[in-house]
Amino acid sequence: MILHNRDMRDIYVDLLIHYAKIHPELVIVEADLSKALKTTEFAKVYPERVINVGVAEANMIGVAAGLSNMGKLPFTHTFTPFATRRVFDQVMLSVAYAKLNVKMVGSDPGILAEINGGTHMSLEDVGIMRNIPTMTIFEPVDGVQLAAMFPQIIKHYGPVYIRLARKDFASIFADDQAFELGKATPVIEGTDVSIFATGIMVKEAMDAQKTLMEKGISASVINIHTVKPIDAEAIIKEARKTGAVVTAENHSIINGLGSAVAEVLGENCPTVMERVGTKDHFGEVGMKDFLMEKFGLMAHNIVDAVLRVLDKKNNTK
Amino acid sequence: MDIKSYLESQAREIRKQTMDCIATLGIGHIGGSLSIADIIAVLYFDQMHIDPKNPNLADRDRFVLSKGHGGPAVYSALALKGYFPMELLKTLNLPNTNLPSHTDKNKTIGIDMTTGSLGQGFSASVGMATSVQMDKADFYVYSIIGDGESQEGQIWEAAMFAGNRKLDHLIAFTDYNKMQIDGEVKEINDVSPLDKKWEAFNWHVQVIDGHDVIAIRDAILEAKNTKGKPSMIICNTIKAKGCDIYEGKASSHNAPFTKEMSQKAIERLG
Repeated sequence: MILHNRDMRDIYVDLLIHYAKIHPELVIVEADLSKALKTTEFAKVYPERVINVGVAEANMIGVAAGLSNMGKLPFTHTFTPFATRRVFDQVMLSVAYAKLNVKMVGSDPGILAEINGGTHMSLEDVGIMRNIPTMTIFEPVDGVQLAAMFPQIIKHYGPVYIRLARKDFASIFADDQAFELGKATPVIEGTDVSIFATGIMVKEAMDAQKTLMEKGISASVINIHTVKPIDAEAIIKEARKTGAVVTAENHSIINGLGSAVAEVLGENCPTVMERVGTKDHFGEVGMKDFLMEKFGLMAHNIVDAVLRVLDKKNNTK
Repeated sequence: MDIKSYLESQAREIRKQTMDCIATLGIGHIGGSLSIADIIAVLYFDQMHIDPKNPNLADRDRFVLSKGHGGPAVYSALALKGYFPMELLKTLNLPNTNLPSHTDKNKTIGIDMTTGSLGQGFSASVGMATSVQMDKADFYVYSIIGDGESQEGQIWEAAMFAGNRKLDHLIAFTDYNKMQIDGEVKEINDVSPLDKKWEAFNWHVQVIDGHDVIAIRDAILEAKNTKGKPSMIICNTIKAKGCDIYEGKASSHNAPFTKEMSQKAIERLG
């Protein structure tokens, strides 16, 4: 399977087809967006395993819960806002509270909704899903990580929310990189500051690390691909080592990765920190580059945050 | 005993146990539990292929109480069938109970789906019937929805899909007791004409007296013989049927119900 220089959705659908062969119970449940994620390719191979309920996301989750209740392994697909805020009660009760096994894929997270604009731009979906007991939240960085994690997601009994970019991505990891669901992945070792990043922000964090290096600052970059359950142990260990933390996410700084890290640090080893992400505002139309700049999600925003957090660190000494 | 007398006696027993267990705490969903007692009696004591000694039988019929607040009626049937001891009924809603107000498949043996947020259980039963269809299996998924619940949008999302998908192993009932928490359904947001609505969604529709056990039984048999369509059996019922102080009253939805009230009502049932 080719895991580089392709759209993430193509890799995702290849993985679905691959694991459907091994798992006859794997089915997909659609709500009229199968062309967006190209699960139409899955339908060509396994037409009898596709259920399209039309534009009815609440029923999509309900039907998926019912399928899981009969021993099927349903994957549901829609855009992130409709996978979370629109169906919160259904996910909470019919899936999680009922202890059913539904894998929910939301595509185009955060600013990746681009010209679909504010209505489709979920800057709160991680926060919504983080509220649900037993939920696992996974946001892949690249194709290698998605492919490595896919069998773990299947093996894990319980609800998983997969926050999936649809289009091209920066290849970060080598093909033989090992990943574990629920465990942070160290990307770059550093000593002065720790940058915890998820999804598309890992690339920005790595670019920021290079700039910081030129300024004589040694930054760690750690990928938190599983925002829930959060790898508290890795976060505490890093924070104790560097004494300064920056988070970076394609999501609001409220209730997402930044909040999750702050909760861990606040309770275990209070550490100065800065959160890079969208502030307390709605999304809007625009292409990725424009929105990343406008919402402060660029490498230079991470550099600025690092400089601020290092000031705090020096002032508290 | 003929089948009519037998099922009537089971329905009467379900009503007695339902009132008795709600009276333990002194408050509960008396109205919507009693209105479905006859449907539950026919399902559990005649029509459903189930085995209390083997509650997880793979090809058993499934039952989803989408109007989850009718739990006490189902618990009474399960206890009478021998799924768990009768004494357990007295733990309804007590601390650490396995019998919560709303049915929960992870708490109670014999319960097939967790419900309570209206509209959702029905959607799940449609998913379960979809699985039956995909597997070309031959057992049935039964579901009861409320008339107030029929104001939920998710009911109609699920209805449209089930009709189009021709889920003929799905047999649903509407407990049409005409009352909801705030008053009469027709005054608040009328759901009628229910029969025409379900027909328009490509369901096989029957309208019956939901307290006539033979009518319920015949309707289920007709539903099983109907190919290519899911079935909706609209049951005209009376809220709190069998408990005269609350019969037909919206106030019976979640109501105070003392042991004295229960004893008198049970005596009158005979």
